Order: sequence, then C-alpha cells, then structure tokens
Amino acid sequence: MPDARRFGLLVQVGAVLLALLSTTLVLLATGAPPLEAFSSIVVGSVGSWGKFSDVLVSWSPLLVVTAGLLITFSAGLWNIGIEGQVTLGAVFTTGALFALQESGWNPALVITLAMLAGMLGGALWAALAGALKTFGGVNEIFGGLGLNFVATGLNLWLIFGLWKRPGVASMSGTVPFDEAFSLPTLPGSRLSLVAVGLAVLSILLVYFLLKGTYFGLRLKAIGKNAKAAYLLGVPTWQYTMLSFMLCGMFAGLAGAMQVTAVYHRLIPSISSGYGFLGLLVAMLVNFHPAWVAPVALFFAALNIGSIQLPVVLKLDSALAGVLQGTLVLFVLMADGVQQKLMRGALRSEDGTAERGESA
Amino acid sequence: MLIPFLTQKDAMEVELREIHKTFGTVHANNGISLRVPAGTIQGILGENGAGKSTLMKILSGFQPADRGEILLDGKKVSLASPADAIRHGVGMLHQDPLDFPPLKLVDDFILGRGGGLFPDRRAAARELRVLAAQFDFSLDPEAHVDTLTVGERQQLEILRLLWRGAQVLILDEPTTGISLPQKEKLFVALKKLAAQDKTLLFVSHKLEDVEFLCSRVAVLRHGALVGTAQPPYHTADLVEMMFGKAIPIGERMAGRPLGKPILRLDDLALEDARLQIKGLSLELRAGEVIGLAGMEGSGQALFLEACAGLRRPVNGRITLGESDLAGASYRRFYRCGVAYLPAARLEQGLVPSLSLSDHFILAGETPGVFIDHTKADALAREQIKTYNIKGAPATPVESLSGGNQQRALLALLRQRLELVLLEHPTRGLDIESTIYIWDKLKERCVEGAAIIFISADLDEILQYSDRVLVFFAGRVSPPLDAATLSADRLGQMIGGKGWPTAPAAVLPVSDVVTRA
Repeated sequence: MPDARRFGLLVQVGAVLLALLSTTLVLLATGAPPLEAFSSIVVGSVGSWGKFSDVLVSWSPLLVVTAGLLITFSAGLWNIGIEGQVTLGAVFTTGALFALQESGWNPALVITLAMLAGMLGGALWAALAGALKTFGGVNEIFGGLGLNFVATGLNLWLIFGLWKRPGVASMSGTVPFDEAFSLPTLPGSRLSLVAVGLAVLSILLVYFLLKGTYFGLRLKAIGKNAKAAYLLGVPTWQYTMLSFMLCGMFAGLAGAMQVTAVYHRLIPSISSGYGFLGLLVAMLVNFHPAWVAPVALFFAALNIGSIQLPVVLKLDSALAGVLQGTLVLFVLMADGVQQKLMRGALRSEDGTAERGESA
Repeated sequence: MLIPFLTQKDAMEVELREIHKTFGTVHANNGISLRVPAGTIQGILGENGAGKSTLMKILSGFQPADRGEILLDGKKVSLASPADAIRHGVGMLHQDPLDFPPLKLVDDFILGRGGGLFPDRRAAARELRVLAAQFDFSLDPEAHVDTLTVGERQQLEILRLLWRGAQVLILDEPTTGISLPQKEKLFVALKKLAAQDKTLLFVSHKLEDVEFLCSRVAVLRHGALVGTAQPPYHTADLVEMMFGKAIPIGERMAGRPLGKPILRLDDLALEDARLQIKGLSLELRAGEVIGLAGMEGSGQALFLEACAGLRRPVNGRITLGESDLAGASYRRFYRCGVAYLPAARLEQGLVPSLSLSDHFILAGETPGVFIDHTKADALAREQIKTYNIKGAPATPVESLSGGNQQRALLALLRQRLELVLLEHPTRGLDIESTIYIWDKLKERCVEGAAIIFISADLDEILQYSDRVLVFFAGRVSPPLDAATLSADRLGQMIGGKGWPTAPAAVLPVSDVVTRA
C-alpha cells in the first residue's frame, strides 16, 4: 500500500516538525532567540572538522549501545539496566588497566585485554538482570533500574575509595592512565578511528545477527510470542539470558571506549547517559538496525552542538535533551495516532466494529 | 428482618429485543429476544461459545450491543458501563468474582459506591453483617478478601450488588469451583431473592443445577435463541437444543490394529485453582485417537497440558515409551516426540508478524548459523502445497484465515512424532477444512502416532475418537468406546447427568483457599 506508506511518512515528518515547534516554544518561554539557538547547535556540531570529529567521538559509544539494545528489544525485553552495564564495562576496563599497566606488556595487548574485560563486565551485569527476570520473576525494567543505582554506587565507591587519587579523592575521577593506554587518536583531534571502527562493526554484526541467522529469528519469535516460540521448540529462557548477556557485552564495550578513548580514567558519570540515549534512538528508529547509525549520528550532533549554548546564548546545554526527548515522544505518538486512524479506516471498510474483547 | 434498601424499589422486569453482536466474523448474538418477569429465576443454557456470556455482558453494561434494545420495566434504557447498569438496578456476578483480593471485605464492599471522600466504614460493616445474616452467609467485614474461598467471594459479591441496589442479578456459572455446602447455600439464597421479587438470570451449562433451580430456561446455540422450556424439564430435549441434532459428516475410521503402547498414565493427579483431578490411569497405543469431551474448564485442558509437560502433576506417573516423564519439562516431552497444538492459534501456536517461511525455519532443524532463505522459501512452498495452505512463504501468519492457520500448525509438526495433543483442532473451521485436518491427522495415526484431542463438538468427538473421556468438574469418566456411545448419552454426561454416582456429591477443590 504505497498510499499508507506515504501517509506514514507524512505523519513522521509532522512529528519531527511538532518536536521542533515545541522546543521553539520552550525557547520562547525562556526568552531565548530560537533561530540563533538552533543555528548555534548546527554550527557547534558540523561547523568545522574539529566539531564534527567530536560528534563522531560521541557517536561511537552511542552506536555500540544502541546495537546491543536492538538484541534485547528483539527478544521483547526492555533492558533499562543498560546504563549500569555501560558503567560496569568502564569499571572492569579500569580495573584491568590498573592491574596491567605495570606489567610491561605491549600496550596494545593491555588495551585489548582491558576492553575485553569491559565487555565481560557489561555482560555479567546484564546477566544479573536476566537472572532476576528468568529465575526471580523480577521484571527486567525494575531489576535494571535497581541495578543502575547499584552500579552508580559501586562506581562512586571505587573512585572515592579503592581507586582514589593519592592524596585526595576527587569528583574528577581516578588518576588518568598513561597515554600509551589510550586508543590512538587522529592528530589534532580526540577522534579514535579504532572506536569508530568498533562501533560500525558492532552495528553491522547486530544487523546480520538479527536479519540472517537462526539465532536472530528465534529471538524475534520469543519477542513476538514467547509461548508459541516455546511450543515450537525454542529454548526460551536460555535465549532470554543470552540476549541480555550479548546486549551487556556491547554496553560494556561502550563503557570500555569511554575509558580508553574519551576520558582515559574512571569518572563518576562515565556512562554519559549513552544507555538511556540509546534506548531513545532504538525507539525512534522503531528497532530497525539500518536506521540506527544515521539517527545516532543526529543525536550525537545535538549533544555536541549544544555544548556551546551556555557560552553563546547563556542557555543550558540540556536543550539537546529537550529536543531529543520531544522528538521521541512525538514520533511514538504519531505511530499510535497512525495505527488508530488505520484501524478506523479498516473498520469503516468492512462495517464491523472491533471492540478489542471477544466472546 | 429485611433491610429497607432491599425492598425500596419495585420488582423489575427485564426484556431484551433483537440483540445483535458480532466479533469480526463471528455472530456472537444473532437477534436474541427474551423477556424475564420479576421474581423468576431464568436459566440460560448453552455450550461454550453459544453467546451466553456476550448476552449477559451486554445486559450488564460491559459491552454495547451492535443493535437491539434493553427494556427494564418496559422502559428502554441504554447501559453504557457496569456502573451505569447497577444504577439502573442490574448487577452481574462474574464467574471469577471481580473483587479486590488485597482489601478487607468491608473496603471491597464500599468500593464503587459513590459517597464522598470519607466513606462510613462502620455503617457499611454493620450493613454487611446484617445482609450476610439474612442469607446465612458468615462473612467477617474485617477479614481480607484473599483469605476467602471462591464461594465466599461470590457471597460477598452478591451482597455487594444487592447493597448497591441490584434488582436484577446475573449469575455467570456460579456453581463452578464452589463446594457443595456453598452451592446449597447459594441456591437457598437465590430462591429467597426470587421470592422477594428479584429477577435472576442464571447462566450455566450444568443441566442438573438449571433443572433444580430455574423456573424457566432459555437455550442458546451459535448465537441464537433456539428454544425455551419450563418444568418439568426433559433432559434429552435440553441436550438436543444445546448441541443440535447429530449430523453424520463421514465414516468413522474403521477398526484397526493398534501398535505399541505410547503413553501410560498411572494414578495421575492434577490441580489448578479451580479443579482437582485424581486417580487418572490410562494406556494409549500407537495409532489410537482419544477424544476429551466436557464443558470448557472441566479439566480437559489440565489433562492435555499434563500430557505435554506444560503442567506438573501433583502426583502419579507419566510414561512415554520407556521414559518416566512425570515432572519433566515440556522440552523433555518435546524431545520424546510430543507435539502440542493449542486452541489459541495466533496467541499461543504461531508468532504474529513472522512469515510462514519463518515458521518453517523455526520449527525445523538448525543446520548452521546463517539461514539460507532461498532454501527455506523452497521448503515453505513445498509445505504450503502439501498442506494446501492459502498463502505464500512471505505471508505473515496473522493474515491467514483460521483454517489456514490450523493447516500451517499441522504443517509445522515434525516428521516423527509419538503423541499429538490438540486443543479444539477444528474450532471455527468450515467442513472442508475440518475434513482435511482430520485426514492429515489420520495419516499421522497410520504412521504410528497416538492422538489426544479436546473438542466441544460432540460429533467430532464421536466420529474421530476410538475412545472418549468425559470431564465434568474435575471428574473423569473411564474410557468409553466411541463406537457404541450415543450423542445423547455423551451430552448428558457433559452436563453432569448419567454418571455412575451423582457427580454433585464430588467436592471440587475449592474448600481450599484460592488466591487470585
């Protein structure tokens, strides 16, 4: 039905316009000039190679996290615990770096091991949420939420306790690692091609996993109808656990990238909110892997572009969050409205009124 | 002593005129007209899916009719919600009481009645006690609802509806899952209410209860009112009205030699919140077909789930071939060659939004990591042709018709199976599909599988089974030879009549506390 598709596109464009409009209203309400604010975001994100390379720095972990989330979403799971999984990835990576920095091993090997440790950390933290769900009957949303708080606590305890800077513990995090233990960056920028490469690899991997493998199809079956999948012979709880751990692995990789490519140490807000942002991206693209990369890039651009709002316009950089949030809300709402309209159209076509219940 | 609000209103006559209601393609109520004078206990009989519940939900404001009128005391009313209905004096007691288990009785009692921010709990508790005493119910207003038995929760619900001013009381299968003393108490209370000129609609499929209690009976079948009766009732006539005349649709499978024993049940005991089945023993041989008859919720589904490993028996042994499987998981059963086809095809059997081809991949072998879609589509096309499914490999299953969904489920069955378990294999299918499905199932029998199926269709049971088990409120008949069993006898047994000893004497579970 090309008509329906055109209509759907129209609704989506309308949603984006509404999001821009409501953000404009917020700006007007605070007395800020909307056009200047938006143009400042654009200039701040793609105005120069330096800015754009920063966007790519932010894009990499976001892309990795979202790739992981597609796996859990596929299985019908809301992995809210993703933030904690990113944090634990960073914690494990930091721990591994601390343990190995004096070893005298090749730094490339140390970094690789540290990033693998990060993936392990994320996977283990996700396995906790998965085990709570499969064996404890705790909804993954609640379990994940709780584990996020625990992860934050654990992280702070490490920064201010076990791994505190000699002399005085500080909100600025642990002692930075030697430059040798950072992912190599392009000259004159903070951009690491290794991080970008890993991110692209992650989303490609997930794309093919979900599109072309038995594993992906079974996950999808569980997500759409767990009972039927079980009756058709799919080992449901095992796959649920596995999808949590795979997602956690990607989240852990994002955390590892934060430590090895961006901050070079463990800081209190090491996850940078990429977990939740990844949830937004996944919802915005309606869980289609092909759309994740561009939308994540757009979100990263908003993040970076808004950084100079305080300097230029005395606006808080949280404006990016406002725009991202309203965008997701309006697009989801457009989806709902569209479905309702379509159902209405169907109803008037065959003259029967469906009421949801049946005899 | 009567409480004033029990007599404050005049008696109320209920009239339904030409009620129509469709769900998709199902005509659940097809022009039903019924007049119930005040002071009557009107029985509403009918098999599952006959349209009883739909009609009662319309009368109680739960769902609107597509067409038709409801008249109370000759005045046309429109009941937009249950709250609206109770304001007009119509209250419904649902099969599963719609109460609030974590609350105290008195709070549950007050809920839903308007009356300001601060309800007078003490007065309500007092009135609850008085009302309860009037019907000889022992309910403690300060107890919690979740400590009550199903029967007591029903009593509470009846009192609540009366307290809210119900003149017309609808009872949906009220005798399911309550103990015999509670049932007797309920019947006494209902007769008392009728004597007070209340109008009662008693929905049931239990012939005995209806015959004992009701002063008139209306029978529904396939959404239409097919007849009414008054005492003295002739059970055979009621059964015929409920199930229709037996129409032979084909030859019975000829007697044939049966193979090795496939399934053995020894002293099996099963239990859920409502039912208890005890001491069930059975041996099933290769090629044999067993039909499970009974009203929905009489225990057949429990039994079938237990045979699939989807429900752990409380006691007893399940032996499949050589392996003892009692307490094993569905996956063990699955690996031993058991297949289970649920009645809710789209809810439990198939995965909506996945294509036919996806389903064949899911149900098939896993030769590697990546799916070869060309090969999968070819296989799907082949199966679609073999099973005569109207659809393409890429067709999402939810867009198939019911008959084609059922064919797809059959096509998804693995090659080698020991035991095929089916819930309502031909429900909602046309004759052609029904015959086709059974031809395929018979092929399975010839290949050496045994079949157990549930059906609400007596003809289907009698025609395709070798032996029949009848379920009634958790009681299970000994295996009956289908060749010599008459539809009439089967219908009576399903309705709880003609059992060796009166089944009414059997206590269903729920003297035990049931928790929601």
